[in-house]
Amino acid sequence: MGAYVLRRLLWLPFLLFAVTLVTFALGRFGPGDPVVVMLGARYTEERAKPIREALGLDRPFAVQYVDYMWGALRGDFGESLRFRGRPVWDLLAPKIWVSLQVNSAAMAVSLAIGLPVGFWIAHRQGTWVDPVTVSLFLVLMSIPIMVSIPFLMLTFCLKLDLVPCSGWGGFWDLRMIIPAASMGILGVAGLARLMRASTLDVMGQDFIRTAHAKGLSGFQVDSRHILKNAMIPIVTVLSFSLAGIFTTSFIVERIVGFPGVGNLLIDSIFNRDYPVIMAFTLLGSTVFVLANLLADLSYAFIDPRIRFS
Amino acid sequence: MSAGDIGLARNEALRSQGHLARALSRLRRKRIAVVCIGILIVIYAAAIFAGVVSPYGYDDQDYTVIRQGPSLSHWMGTDFAGRDVLTRTIWGVQNSLIITFIAMATGSLVIGVSLGLISGYFGGRIDTLVQRTGELFASFPDILLVIILAATLKPRVVGWVRALEDHTFLTGLVRSGVADYLVISVALVAFSWFGMARLVRGQVLALRETQYVEAAMAMGSSTSRILFVHVLPNAISPIVVTVTMGMGVFIGTEIVLGFLGLGVQPPRPSLGVMLREGGSISALRNAWWLLAAPGAAAALLLLSWNLLGDALNDVLNPRTR
Repeated sequence: MGAYVLRRLLWLPFLLFAVTLVTFALGRFGPGDPVVVMLGARYTEERAKPIREALGLDRPFAVQYVDYMWGALRGDFGESLRFRGRPVWDLLAPKIWVSLQVNSAAMAVSLAIGLPVGFWIAHRQGTWVDPVTVSLFLVLMSIPIMVSIPFLMLTFCLKLDLVPCSGWGGFWDLRMIIPAASMGILGVAGLARLMRASTLDVMGQDFIRTAHAKGLSGFQVDSRHILKNAMIPIVTVLSFSLAGIFTTSFIVERIVGFPGVGNLLIDSIFNRDYPVIMAFTLLGSTVFVLANLLADLSYAFIDPRIRFS
Repeated sequence: MSAGDIGLARNEALRSQGHLARALSRLRRKRIAVVCIGILIVIYAAAIFAGVVSPYGYDDQDYTVIRQGPSLSHWMGTDFAGRDVLTRTIWGVQNSLIITFIAMATGSLVIGVSLGLISGYFGGRIDTLVQRTGELFASFPDILLVIILAATLKPRVVGWVRALEDHTFLTGLVRSGVADYLVISVALVAFSWFGMARLVRGQVLALRETQYVEAAMAMGSSTSRILFVHVLPNAISPIVVTVTMGMGVFIGTEIVLGFLGLGVQPPRPSLGVMLREGGSISALRNAWWLLAAPGAAAALLLLSWNLLGDALNDVLNPRTR
């Protein structure tokens, strides 16, 4: 097990090297030139040349890549091309913080609905409640977020005037409700199903029968024995969701105008702002790969039959 | 004959059919699945025959009916340019259909399944190569790879198609949206092939150890016979479920790309672009039908694939119930 983890961790730098190389190469492969975007209508070859030299864009591809990676290794992600003179990290950090909050709020909604629902329908296995509830959440999951958010906005903010409409006000702001709810609902079906399976697994165990037999009330069995044991796989599997914690809100941020990382990234892609794209890919991939490793390990923890070699 | 005997006789009858036929007969008894298949057939048939079914052309503009609500001549109203919203929705679904089916057929089925088979059956260096390459593709967080690919590849591919037009007798390729289909499909394939390859590989690893595969090897069956007659048919259930559920993901991703302006380019309609235009607050206040038609189409498609995938999962993988 230890050797397996070590090997996966040693493999990580190579993976990240490949990921950054691909991203860098794709940025070059695309015909857009950041200097052209920067100068816009004022673009002439004479004006572009000094800028290219100043930014080091006239050097060969390999040199640029090595130079960039050398900086990144020392924690220097360079400067944005679009916002001249702004270090990429200063640009990214506050946006990542915003996205992190949006995704956490959405995940809180998923958990708050998914877990109780899963626990409840496990107790109704075999009745109509079980499949109907799962289907209901599949239906809710199928409404695209670009449809549900405008619709909710129209109802609760324009018609009923219950919440303010758009803008960013932090985690506890009323304006977080609609985005968090519509994003969170997407994860409910999966979580509920997971919780249901886990609960059913525990309910079939001998110690639950014993608990009932010794005369504990249904509530006591549920709270003390079933729930606690059913939560073990859920908690471990949740580490997997960490992977998406700052990327899944791309579209939502775009719709409601949150200053998150999604908006910045998409604009950066259109403006060929390579340093920002590279830094985000590097960070995102690191978190993603580590979270996946964590998830793989958690499966072994849940199911001891899984052995890594 | 008691009820038990009837059950037994029925099982006997079912056992004589193939695995898929049995699953299909079980699927037929799930009303939700049947309804979903019906909805999908109706929507996709309309999309395939869009040229015949839709009442107008997708870029026909009628300046006498700018932004008008649903009426008898325009069932789902018209947009800001006087174009029929229903017509554009049908053509948008056609684009979604072309892209998702190309991506599913090439990426998940051809590339994913064959690499999974090869990787799992032969092991060794090929396995390592496929797995490491796949991990690289899977290391990009979420749909970031799709977005970057779509944004960077598109201008190049459009250039190539234009060059092809110049040097051959082919004309109208760029206008027909071939470049868009190509770029978006490639992006979706890059994002999805490894999931399928990993799934098939896992199945193959388990099946390789079974006695009937050993027996086939002992009898000297060729590798392709073992793979396609003994291994693949037994791995088909999870593949079918993954493909069905994957369709929903593909449709959703195509919409996201359109929404970001990276999808099928105007004047060809795309569900994502229509959702963006119809979803702005001002559009929603004054012209709700701009969101209603594409929104309903997208939701119905996603819903049908998701519920169908759920039903198939129940039918094909009974252990997970």
